[in-house]
Amino acid sequence: MLNATLKELAADLADRRVSSVELTKFFLARIDALGKTLNAFITVDPERSLQAARNADVMLAKGSAGPMTGIPIAHKDIFCTKGWLTTCGSRMLGNFVAPYDAHVIEQFEQAGAVIAGKTNMDEFAMGSSNETSFFGCVRNPWHLDAVPGGSSGGSAAAVAARLVPAATGTDTGGSIRQPAAFSGVCGLKPTYGVVSRYGMIAFASSLDQAGPFGKTAEDLALMMNVMAGFDERDSTSLQRDREDYAREINANVAAGGARPLEGLRIGLPAEFFAEGVAPEVGRAIDAAVREFKRLGCNMVDVSLPNMKLSVPVYYVLAPAEASSNLSRFDGVRYGHRAPEYTDLNDMYKKTRAQGFGAEVKRRILIGTYVLSHGYYDAYYIKAQKLRRLIAGDFSDAFKRCDVMIGPTTPTTAFDIGEKAGDPVQMYLSDIYTIAVNLAGLPGMSIPCGFAEKSDVRNQPALPVGLQIIGNYFDEARMLNVAHQYQRATDWHMRMPGKDKAEL
Amino acid sequence: MALTLDDVTRIAHLARIDVSAAEAAEVHSRMGGIFTLIEQMRAVDTNGVEPMSHAQDLDLRTRDDIVTATDEHTSYQSIAPQVEADLYLVPKVIE
Repeated sequence: MLNATLKELAADLADRRVSSVELTKFFLARIDALGKTLNAFITVDPERSLQAARNADVMLAKGSAGPMTGIPIAHKDIFCTKGWLTTCGSRMLGNFVAPYDAHVIEQFEQAGAVIAGKTNMDEFAMGSSNETSFFGCVRNPWHLDAVPGGSSGGSAAAVAARLVPAATGTDTGGSIRQPAAFSGVCGLKPTYGVVSRYGMIAFASSLDQAGPFGKTAEDLALMMNVMAGFDERDSTSLQRDREDYAREINANVAAGGARPLEGLRIGLPAEFFAEGVAPEVGRAIDAAVREFKRLGCNMVDVSLPNMKLSVPVYYVLAPAEASSNLSRFDGVRYGHRAPEYTDLNDMYKKTRAQGFGAEVKRRILIGTYVLSHGYYDAYYIKAQKLRRLIAGDFSDAFKRCDVMIGPTTPTTAFDIGEKAGDPVQMYLSDIYTIAVNLAGLPGMSIPCGFAEKSDVRNQPALPVGLQIIGNYFDEARMLNVAHQYQRATDWHMRMPGKDKAEL
Repeated sequence: MALTLDDVTRIAHLARIDVSAAEAAEVHSRMGGIFTLIEQMRAVDTNGVEPMSHAQDLDLRTRDDIVTATDEHTSYQSIAPQVEADLYLVPKVIE
């Protein structure tokens, strides 16, 4: 069960080789044994999960099972989950029991999945290391002194340590792909608008998008089949026909052959292979490029000249949108309220001072400043203009290639505390992922090797993530590109610590 | 366009976040580095470029003007800090 894919688990459940209760108990035991060390979960509720598993077993017995019936899935604590504590990693929502389900949660319920728990995350998804969580940082299963990445660090660590078969996350500037890379799992951020954000606590609304974590590209495709779809309650949800995200993977099973990606044009953006990439990461990416050539791909040199400005642009736009979105947390209708105050303004100010952590406050203040009178044009409008140039670079490059690849992150996972005192260094760790959000494109990260840091001794080798960027709505192709790579390699099947695995 | 300590105090008030003098100094020093990063935007000429406010240039969808929301106030107010007679309570605003 430990390493089984979603497809295998579904088959085992359908053929009654295992029950959902057995499966759920198995993973709950792992969460219980390893969850505290890793701090990957904020809330687990075994009785509630097992009740869902018992219901799933009834459905399975009746033969009325859906694609995910009985499979335990963990959800990032950013998705409102009716009756479950939904904290968004913040003291502000430390007592918030959601009165309704997010669309993503509804979709999984309809597919029959069991909620395995709510995963830890950077506060309001603002962070790249999971260190800003009010509930403490998550540890990297490959090296407990290292961060798992963020903001969806709990989901990434939970899948890496095999505490759940798959999990959900959200990605505003890299929050699925970066932790997937640091934790050695697969993660996909879909095209903006493909997954409804209804009930997903908002950070930066022109960038936020939900997506899956899994062990394999095929698992991501099956998760996408559940998560994606039009929802009128999200005004940015796109009205498109339902699609089968595994269709290209399945089509290729028939085609097969030694060169299954014959003729695919892979763009190598010069900026992803320039200085700034740690040599040990660069070597793993170069090896992946050679593997794709063996699979039949043609490499094309492309350039994204304005990408270098994506970090400054992002740190204007995302805080600006966050300062507006987070104004709703005022201590009036739900969440934390300061115990003592003199008047209404004092109540707002003390509530927000107590409820938000340092990084969230910093971003609200930056956002308030760049939107304030006299600075709006110089910062906010300027950043929006540069955003168009950055998005334009991608459209130009996609005239010459089908997908692009490069590193997901410039380094492997850094140590807990290493960058916590320096926000700018932390922000720069998302240099390769942010531009994809600004353009609204789909991007994913898959494991492509392990690296020992050249300047650190006695540290275990840590996972390296390969980023695959596709054109709008090209997720099915990207997933097949990743799938073919995973048929030829086994990086994605490696798992941390044999002792932990045998638990 | 250097950010001053007074700016920090002013925007903290706009954002309705209580910031002590010591915290303001700390926030000010951290934000200095962040704005040095942000100022890199000036390096590129953006004259004539249309601002991009959203990831996709689409018109917002509209819906029929009919009531679709159901009354959930009991469940929504059950998690509120202070409620009386179906109303959210806040400190007195008007004397």
